[in-house]
Amino acid sequence: MSTESQKCPALEIHDLIVSYQKKPVLYGVDLAVPEGSMVGVVGPNGAGKSTLIKTVMGLVSHAHGWVKVFGGELRDSIKRVGYVPQRESVDWDFPVSVMDVVLMGCYGRSGLIKRPGKMEKEKAMQALVKVGLEAYSKRQISNLSGGQQQRVFLARALAQESDLYLMDEPFAGVDAATEVAIVDLLGQIRDQGKTLIVVHHDLATAREYFDMILLLNMRVVGFGKTNEVFNSELLQKTYGGRLTVLSEIAGEVAKQER
Amino acid sequence: MNRVIKFFSFCLFVYLFTNEEGQAARIGELVDTDPWEQIKRFFSFSDRGLQLSLIGAVLFGAVCGLIGSFIVVRKMALFGDAVSHAVLPGVAIGFMWGMEKDPLAILIGATIAGLFGSVLVQAIVRSSRIKQDAALGIVLASFFAFGLCLIRIIQNHEGASRISGLKSYLFGDVAVIDRSDLIIMAIVVVVTVLLFCILYRPFLIISFDRQFAYSLGIPVRFLDAVFQMFLAAAIVISLQAVGVVLVSAMLIIPAATAYLLVDRMSRMIFMAMTLGIMSAALGVFFSFLGSNLPTGPFMVISSSLLFLLAYLFSPNNGRLTKWFKFISLKAKVRDENLLKLLYNYLETHSEAREGIEILISDIANLKKHNQKNMVSDLKRLQKNGAVELVDGKVSLTKEGLSLASTVVRNHRLWELYLTNEADYAADHVHDDAEKVEHLLSEEKVKELELFLDYPELDPHGKPIPGRVNS
Repeated sequence: MSTESQKCPALEIHDLIVSYQKKPVLYGVDLAVPEGSMVGVVGPNGAGKSTLIKTVMGLVSHAHGWVKVFGGELRDSIKRVGYVPQRESVDWDFPVSVMDVVLMGCYGRSGLIKRPGKMEKEKAMQALVKVGLEAYSKRQISNLSGGQQQRVFLARALAQESDLYLMDEPFAGVDAATEVAIVDLLGQIRDQGKTLIVVHHDLATAREYFDMILLLNMRVVGFGKTNEVFNSELLQKTYGGRLTVLSEIAGEVAKQER
Repeated sequence: MNRVIKFFSFCLFVYLFTNEEGQAARIGELVDTDPWEQIKRFFSFSDRGLQLSLIGAVLFGAVCGLIGSFIVVRKMALFGDAVSHAVLPGVAIGFMWGMEKDPLAILIGATIAGLFGSVLVQAIVRSSRIKQDAALGIVLASFFAFGLCLIRIIQNHEGASRISGLKSYLFGDVAVIDRSDLIIMAIVVVVTVLLFCILYRPFLIISFDRQFAYSLGIPVRFLDAVFQMFLAAAIVISLQAVGVVLVSAMLIIPAATAYLLVDRMSRMIFMAMTLGIMSAALGVFFSFLGSNLPTGPFMVISSSLLFLLAYLFSPNNGRLTKWFKFISLKAKVRDENLLKLLYNYLETHSEAREGIEILISDIANLKKHNQKNMVSDLKRLQKNGAVELVDGKVSLTKEGLSLASTVVRNHRLWELYLTNEADYAADHVHDDAEKVEHLLSEEKVKELELFLDYPELDPHGKPIPGRVNS
């Protein structure tokens, strides 16, 4: 065995079951994401892509199975994990500046009480430079376009300096030029040996963006190197209709258990 | 709907209240009150009761502004309203504790009741299909009703005289605030301000992006509970001055006003605290003028007046500010269009220069305008020094020519930009340029010139005028 495979995976999920109001959204998900990979999570609407990310982050509780981050509980390595929520999940009229939002990313390291110092501000500024928003640092966030909002979230994640990133649709509502810039940036992060798990909506571009693909539709249809997984058979299986029978039966089982 | 019902029930309350016992005493007082004397008395600050009232107003106004800022940005206004009603049974129970007005017992009782109310709301939402707004309505009304019953029971039991202090909790009367109340208020305010200084960042992150706060490992639920506790405490110390029915207004209105005026959380908090203090102090002032009219309503009216001012005149978003901008833009467009007309006329008939005279009737015909209107429009331009009018003839001054050629240049540059860069058809660009010509800034024009490599002709072959310095 090489040393590479002995290293514990950045994210490991075993037999994960998540239900919303007794309807299963994820069913028996197994996954082991090796460190230093950039994974695209692909699947139809309602396949549980966001739920998977939220479950890993502990925002949604799971009925069964376990999640390990860097070989342990999320709690123990929470400072090594960065989360980029969907852009629509916050109120963009909130009275904060672009800089304020990015500084929130430095919070994990600076502790509960301390005000952001000079070093943190520099770090936040560097993150803004990377996403090309340095000129906007003092603007209120309501004056930003959708693509700019997404880049602010990304800068906040960069300022976190995490080792594992979970991103929920970072390309939603972003123009083509910005999308290319973001993909480029994500590639740079990956090249630093960090792990990225990115929910992505567009099948056409997924193939060129990611080196690994997770095909998800309630359960894992396929996971592996992009060129191995991205074939018509598995795609057909992922997108070809919902698993109505599985969904119903699993719902029945969940009801029995309560 | 909720609010409307509350408003009418409040009116009813006030009516009953004033009819019951208040009238006789007040009329007597009013007779010998000279408003001017009262104002002088107010600003001498010598009245002992007034001093206490004002200190109280400053204290609870500040804390309401602070907590209210978070309530407003978290869209929890209705929640604040519910908690403020939910404290009433706690006030009554705190009173029953020693059968007298013990501020500490009331603070503890009311805070517990408020917290219990908010826990109940969350429990209902989590364990049933009832959504938050309905759950708030249920808890708000039932706690309030329960509190009213308890107060009635105390009243029957003890007689009206001993519960006079309790009545202020319903409608608010700053005059009943005494020294022991002030001490409790001061402690609550100091602790609250300290806490929010220390926990400002986590509270800010939770308010802006709750999921992200979780992902950072911030103890979100614990801090929510802390926040609710301090919300309840802020409500309780404001109750005596403002009253249960209106206290949520002191949380929401100053903070909402600040939200209109500034766009940073820290500044918003500071401004909301200032506005809270101002509203409370104004309320004390008005009620002092009118010899002890109920303070709560006056405080709320003061804060709504401040809100109205901000709504109308806020420098960025005020309705009237916007309207003025719109009107002045319209006037500018009208003047610039007339200058452009003169310029174009000169250009086609002779040459665009200053001092060349045109018959007013000619341009009036051109625009199918009535001559009289045209003259009055031109007179306005003359006032601005852009044209000169001499017996039925008009000519551009140097300033007028400069302004006119700027507008024409903007128009033609924009047309060229649209045809060259945005692939508009040449016959489509005119209407768009008609609007844009008035809005282009100096820098944008320079940018366009550079981008188009200092062009000389527009898409219709007309020359683009150069810069004329006035």
